[in-house]
Amino acid sequence: MTEKIGVYVCHCGSNIAGVVDVVDVANWAAEKLGHQGVVIARDYKFMCSSLGQELIEKDIKELGLTRVVVAACSPHLHEKTFRTAAKNAGLNPYLVELASIREQVSWVHTDKAVATAKSKAVVSGAVSRVIENRALDEIKVPINPNTLVVGGGIAGIQSALEIANAGFHVYLVEREPSIGGHMAQFDKTFPTLDCSACILTPRMVEAGTHPNITLLTWSEVVNVAGYVGNFNVTIKKKARFINEELCTGCGICQEKCPKKVIDDVYEAGLGYRKAVYTPFAQAVPNFPVMDKENCTYFEKGTCKACEKFCPTNAIDFNQQDELINIDVGNIVLATGYDLFDARRVSNYGYGRLPNVFTSLEFERLSNAAGPTSGNIVLRDGKTTPKSVGIIHCVGSRDRNFNNYCSVICCMQGLKFAHLVHERTGATVYNFYIDMRTAYKAYDEFYQRVLEEGTLFVRGKVAEVTDAARYSNERGKLIIQTEDTLAGKQRRIPVDMVILSSGLQPRKDAKEVGKLFGISCSMDGWFTEKHPKLDPVSTMTEGIYIVGCAQGPKDIPSSVAQGAAASARVLDKILQKEVALEPIKATVDQAKCSGCKICNGLCPFNAIAFIEDDKISYINPALCQGCGTCVAACPAGAISGTGFSNEQIIAQIDGLLLRNLEPAEA
Amino acid sequence: MTAKPKFAMYWAASCGGCEIAVLNTHEKILDVDANFDVVFWPVAMDAKYKDVEAMEDGSILLTLFNGGIRNDENEHLAKLLRQKSKLLVAFGSCACEGCIPGLANLSPVGEIVHTAYNTITTDNPNEIYPRTSYDVPEGELHIPTLAKVLRPLEQVVDVDYFMPGCPPESHQIAAVIDLVIKVVKGEAELPPKGSVIGVGDSTVCDECPRARNVKMIKEFKRIQDIAPVDSELCLLEQGIPCNGPATRSGCNARCPGAGAQCIGCYGPAEGVMDYGARLITAFSSVIDATTPEEIDHILDGIPDPTGQVYRFNLAGSLLKANREAWKVK
Repeated sequence: MTEKIGVYVCHCGSNIAGVVDVVDVANWAAEKLGHQGVVIARDYKFMCSSLGQELIEKDIKELGLTRVVVAACSPHLHEKTFRTAAKNAGLNPYLVELASIREQVSWVHTDKAVATAKSKAVVSGAVSRVIENRALDEIKVPINPNTLVVGGGIAGIQSALEIANAGFHVYLVEREPSIGGHMAQFDKTFPTLDCSACILTPRMVEAGTHPNITLLTWSEVVNVAGYVGNFNVTIKKKARFINEELCTGCGICQEKCPKKVIDDVYEAGLGYRKAVYTPFAQAVPNFPVMDKENCTYFEKGTCKACEKFCPTNAIDFNQQDELINIDVGNIVLATGYDLFDARRVSNYGYGRLPNVFTSLEFERLSNAAGPTSGNIVLRDGKTTPKSVGIIHCVGSRDRNFNNYCSVICCMQGLKFAHLVHERTGATVYNFYIDMRTAYKAYDEFYQRVLEEGTLFVRGKVAEVTDAARYSNERGKLIIQTEDTLAGKQRRIPVDMVILSSGLQPRKDAKEVGKLFGISCSMDGWFTEKHPKLDPVSTMTEGIYIVGCAQGPKDIPSSVAQGAAASARVLDKILQKEVALEPIKATVDQAKCSGCKICNGLCPFNAIAFIEDDKISYINPALCQGCGTCVAACPAGAISGTGFSNEQIIAQIDGLLLRNLEPAEA
Repeated sequence: MTAKPKFAMYWAASCGGCEIAVLNTHEKILDVDANFDVVFWPVAMDAKYKDVEAMEDGSILLTLFNGGIRNDENEHLAKLLRQKSKLLVAFGSCACEGCIPGLANLSPVGEIVHTAYNTITTDNPNEIYPRTSYDVPEGELHIPTLAKVLRPLEQVVDVDYFMPGCPPESHQIAAVIDLVIKVVKGEAELPPKGSVIGVGDSTVCDECPRARNVKMIKEFKRIQDIAPVDSELCLLEQGIPCNGPATRSGCNARCPGAGAQCIGCYGPAEGVMDYGARLITAFSSVIDATTPEEIDHILDGIPDPTGQVYRFNLAGSLLKANREAWKVK
């Protein structure tokens, strides 16, 4: 049967038409691809507009088109739009093919002739392919109303609460013993100088006690199977060595534990905790965790002080890691960030010069509940600094480390300046490259800090050293910098240096991305579906990213994203079912020799081996059409709908203009 | 004198194994003689090209053509026999997909000739190489000119049927001869043109008696480096790169059955466009590695990947030749 094919070439304003001669492409398709079945080829300003769609719908109805090719943007953007238009006109949506002449042609070429020729080839490939397309029917599957939120920082908490408050169940998984994340470590938040704990802990408690939230702390996701609406997740609940049923969180075990350990996580190495501990007083849940590595009993087989004194017999040295398996419909990733390791900028001396502090160390120093009860002192624990230098952009906007701006460091540096000024009266210098105080009330805060008398030096700091050249530098840390406003080199002696370190992706972000089937950017942040219009979705349906896992951002943005992702999740839950693309793999039973090569490959466990027939079988309900087995089958016995050999070869032949008559050289 | 249909067999760039395989059908060869008039078969009887040239077009019913097209003589005979034959069968791996001679397509002709005339045992101090023409008192002598690449028969002329194998198994040859005889007698019909004949419909694994499990390969090894080889278990699972999973059935899994890995002489399974690509993706899929370094290390266990996955198929692969080159020309 000869198909009747309509070709529609979009101008996309000047996005495509500025580089590609779209009229020529349409005329060429009508003339040269007529023998393939092209009966109409049009160009239009915006194919995706309602008028553009109507044009296609009208042609389908009036000309009886059996196939449609739209030469426009990437299928990621508008494939759905045009498939829906076809459906409205009574044509099976899978008989529509998008030829990307924007992302793959006009945006990557400047030579108009070459771009036009390439567009023709791309259109030709799509025409040849669409002939081989087959009508397919969407598959509807129910959506599990439960949601998994990974990461219990402010973004994750917000997301969990929004969904739980709407009446749906949430599993909130946190790797550390308590939820709260980085925000729980801060003293004040910029620019309002709200007490961080005061605004965070009510949310933590709400999440901890919410009837719709199952809190799983000291736990990590180890496996994710399934797809949107039907994920099956395995979570490892690490042994706390505390029976949560019996523990009242009284804290006696921590009090009696004889083993002190430097707290590298919560106290940023500035304070101690016990071997059995809750990271901080307001921890949620308030059950402690036993640190097996450092516990005297686990080390030497004797002690058990905690067990002796526990009033409820909640200590359980035999507790084992537990694997919990849950079914959820959607997953929100709020896995946060790691602080840039300031040791890497060796010329700033962190780790070598005692009075150089990281931003997180300073947060703990200035925190009333921190190791110094909020006294800002030098590393000796008692001396109040008389002068403090705060260096911005440490590890950020630096091609040696990270090219990106970490967003929060300027405001963080200003907050530090204010706190130092307020608590010590010291002279404060801020060394910045550019002052970035966008967003509400941020610049006002900058003005305030300026007025408080903080000194600002514009320039990138070259070095922090204790090698004095002049008498006034003796015993001090000297900040060597270029002052680009004064146009000279300066050496500024101070007692204390604070490095406003940038943010960077979690060190295991790549593995986590792989686990959940989403990708990372070059810098390592999780990649959103669309940088502007879909910032919390990912290319994997049903997986959302919020907070700093997606990129550096401040608390308000993290909270907003947490809430935004919840809206997306609730949208899915309330739809009750989701339409899956009918892209499935099938085994040709006659060709299958039962070699079992495919058997271990399916990420969705959709392949079974039938012992009686000695062949492999793919369960269509489980198959997600990823194509792994199709590629792996050495006998070519597995084929994937929508991506058949015929379609792919036809498209290649079309791209190479082998489909033209007479053949063009 | 006879109304028997005519039969021809010719060897182009091949080793002669295919002819032996035909003779290896034992008494079945007598059926050939009984049912056919053998008009041209250089290995078995004397004949001149000019005799073939003098034949009427289409007068030979069945020609089994083995060997690839390596030089202009091969090409001339391929075209000639195509013209004279009703049924032209690409017989054996060389004619079907290039086989071992096709691996020479990895090197330019000059290099091939240089290598052949400069081996360790070849003393060639004056750097003498063959010339395609040479003047002698009696006139100009010619030897065939090597083509740039070796081409399977299908890339030179239209082919009716393909019969793979290096060589085709004798029981399969016997079955095909039986079929043609039946067709001649009107008792059977020919398969559709372009079919691969004398083969099974699946892969070697289908006929292989070895036990199979889900595969997780930590290491590839040469078979001689494994002692002892488990005689019951799938060879691939033992880390021996066995080509069986990608290779068309029809040989009764002769090699794996005898304890050696399949090397792929029966070519790709039905519908597979590129044998090597299929095989290497299959191997890669079952590598059990977590880091790129580990993957490299495991794949290093296959010292000659091209020889492993394209041993018989290089000239016929998507990479090295355009299947329909003869059409364009």
